[in-house]
Amino acid sequence: MHVPDGFFNAAVSLSAGVVAAAGVAVCLRGARRELDDRTAPMAGLVAAFVFAVQMLNFPVAAGTSGHLLGGALAAILVGPYTAVLCVAVVLLVQGFFFADGGLTALGVNITLMGVVAVLVGWGVFRLITRSLRGRGAVVAASFVAALVSVPATALAFTLLFWLGGTAPVEIGTVAAAMGGVHLLIGIGEGLITAVTVSTVLAIRPDLVYGARELAAPLVLRGAGGDVTVTSESPAPTAPVAARRPGWFLPAGIAVAALLAGVVSFYASSSPDGLERVAEDKGFSGQAADHSLGEQPLADYGDVGGIPVGVAGLIGVGVTLAVGGGLFFTVRRRDEGSGRGEDSGRKVSV
Amino acid sequence: MGAGHHHRLHRPGDTLVHRLPPQCKLAAVAGFALVVVATPREWFWAFGLYAVLLAAVAVAARVPAGFLLRRMVVEVPFVVFALAIPFIGIGERVTFMGLSLSVAGLWAAWNILAKATLGVVASVLLAATTEPRLILLGAQRLRLPPMLVQIAMFMLRYLDVILEEMRRMRVARESRGFVARDVRHIPVIARSAGALFIRSYERGERVHLAMLSRGYTGSMPVIQDLSAASRQWLVAGMLPGAALAVLLGSWGVA
Amino acid sequence: MTAPPSLEVSRLAYAYPDGTQALFGVDFRVERGERVALLGPNGAGKTTLVMHLNGILTAGHGTVAVAGLPVGKGSLKEIRRRVGLVFQDPDDQLFMPSVREDVAFGPANLGVTGEELERRVKDALERVGMLETIDRPPHHLSFGQRRRVAVATVLAMEPEILVLDEPSSNLDPASRRELAEILRGLDVTVLMVTHDLPYALELCERSLILSGGVIAADGPTRKILADADLLADHRLELPYGFAAS
Repeated sequence: MHVPDGFFNAAVSLSAGVVAAAGVAVCLRGARRELDDRTAPMAGLVAAFVFAVQMLNFPVAAGTSGHLLGGALAAILVGPYTAVLCVAVVLLVQGFFFADGGLTALGVNITLMGVVAVLVGWGVFRLITRSLRGRGAVVAASFVAALVSVPATALAFTLLFWLGGTAPVEIGTVAAAMGGVHLLIGIGEGLITAVTVSTVLAIRPDLVYGARELAAPLVLRGAGGDVTVTSESPAPTAPVAARRPGWFLPAGIAVAALLAGVVSFYASSSPDGLERVAEDKGFSGQAADHSLGEQPLADYGDVGGIPVGVAGLIGVGVTLAVGGGLFFTVRRRDEGSGRGEDSGRKVSV
Repeated sequence: MGAGHHHRLHRPGDTLVHRLPPQCKLAAVAGFALVVVATPREWFWAFGLYAVLLAAVAVAARVPAGFLLRRMVVEVPFVVFALAIPFIGIGERVTFMGLSLSVAGLWAAWNILAKATLGVVASVLLAATTEPRLILLGAQRLRLPPMLVQIAMFMLRYLDVILEEMRRMRVARESRGFVARDVRHIPVIARSAGALFIRSYERGERVHLAMLSRGYTGSMPVIQDLSAASRQWLVAGMLPGAALAVLLGSWGVA
Repeated sequence: MTAPPSLEVSRLAYAYPDGTQALFGVDFRVERGERVALLGPNGAGKTTLVMHLNGILTAGHGTVAVAGLPVGKGSLKEIRRRVGLVFQDPDDQLFMPSVREDVAFGPANLGVTGEELERRVKDALERVGMLETIDRPPHHLSFGQRRRVAVATVLAMEPEILVLDEPSSNLDPASRRELAEILRGLDVTVLMVTHDLPYALELCERSLILSGGVIAADGPTRKILADADLLADHRLELPYGFAAS
């Protein structure tokens, strides 16, 4: 679902760009906590992995196939911050080098497949693993998290579409179609994610989660077979530093709730509501002469009767609120822990 | 829509377009795409002029039309989507060859097709005339965070290595008679994905050790300096500049 | 007073975070200018030992000193200049987008810039005979070429000791011979970790056997390879038809 140029109006494209930039800035700082100076090579390799698994097509139902989004999978395997960075970089590279996904839609794409998919996936995962423990719970949580993340991303797409899509499609139709199809795809995503996570758990559990066994003390063996036990313990794991993604849980739930609430509200009320708005407004935009019909047309960017200005304003407002909320939550946490360095630069693409 | 990513877009060459510093080209393409997206869809001839501008760039860069067309396959899924809009769109409908189509839907389909196509062609031209690592360095000059650029650098460096590992795993699966046909085969593919993740992650760890061994302390040394002369900015600015002129000119007319 | 040995390892022990102990008290020294082979079966702890030589892994017990400087938190930068580590898989070693940038990575981290950097890069590539590939991306080179560039990346740091992990693995016979000629021509101390016994005999006058996390033998390569019982005890074997004496 790489959105191309021209799919959303300029207001939504730009404000989604702001959200994406804020999200990436937050995650740059978070990833440094997760990975320290290993960030660049590790995230780079994981991004290459995400890119590769996105090419794995899997059969969904008769005749159709889907491919992995990988947001939830990456979040569970390497942590939410690094996951957002990896997905963002994958999208960046796909946009720059493969012309897949428009450059002006980069913000929309990163917001949807990076921020929303990871937030929702990780939020659901934490919610489940907080109350249930054990390897089985992790695998089950992976399934549910990945399953939910896909339709959630589709609903976020629908929300953006309602705010500033350029096509006059019934929002309820879009929500139903996107949600339905992506629920199916989500099952495949969930299955792959769960099996992938359980495979990694079986071979290198330390790569998945903070499940590290207590280590035995070091033993010295002399040439004559004498054995001394030292007081030193093995080196601490360099890899996974302390993860503090606590705010991801509430944020993930908030995003999911927002999506569900807003979209379903409009989806249910839209058949009459939006049409009546459209009639009241009388398609008042400047009528352009064209060969397709005499009926005056809606102004460009006018979706379901909501004028572009209003839609744009709502888009900017909502996206800024979400982005700003993320920013402030994190900044306060950082200042609290005495880590108030430069809040990171924004993506300027 | 991950298919087709293994086709690399870069076409080495030595033209005016190839020689421009990457940051100029990036800014030019982004500016052009913005102008295109901001253009009202009723202005047919403006889109025609944009296409002419891109054609001029393609000629200057000696990128053949066939190459551009072949690389545009990434757009196909959205063409399908766009073509569906007139059928599912709401509002006024017209009948054309026995099909009931939404007028607003037709406009939307045209809007998406025109803008997405121009965007894709502009991106393909950028990728065709610029080495991938230079695009990233250019992005860094345009204030993309260095960490993001480094991640992308590592990703590009190891993409082929990892895809090759994935290919070997597929060959190993298939040489033992496995072909993915339906949902029941998903777990087999997923186990490969798990193994691939471990290999990728462990390679990442080894790469990090190799970096540490050569004195890495958390920031990449700057080895290549990319500076752009104002003349080069001017040359690159011609594309979005001309597009903007078309847009503003059309506004005057309309 | 003679110069301190290039490398001195004493009572080194280490266990991985998962609790697996790999080294159980390793002792040896390598004098300046020596070429020494470190032999051992798979799983003997060879790679773990190598990781201690430049401080990537921190000793759980015991010490490592390079030209008299102990490996520790404060000396890491200088240690990593002195110890040039060539990894087994050149794809791990060559992580930059071009050969030039890759060879420049090490010296640039040491603060070398400008013409001096350019000189070091070209000089290092010249010494491994790969100067003509300077502007190519590493992944377009053959495996043997990549391994030679990998050697150049550490030569550019002008190390005290060159540590090679399985340098002959995956090389075709011609690349293997070319690399041997290059290594023999270098004027540095070399520690070569391998289970390619003929290669050790060809290049190194002295060998160590690391087995079960301790040094099990130390002596002239010819003598060690002639001791069939010793080799058999440590799962080492000469190729069919090959005799060391």
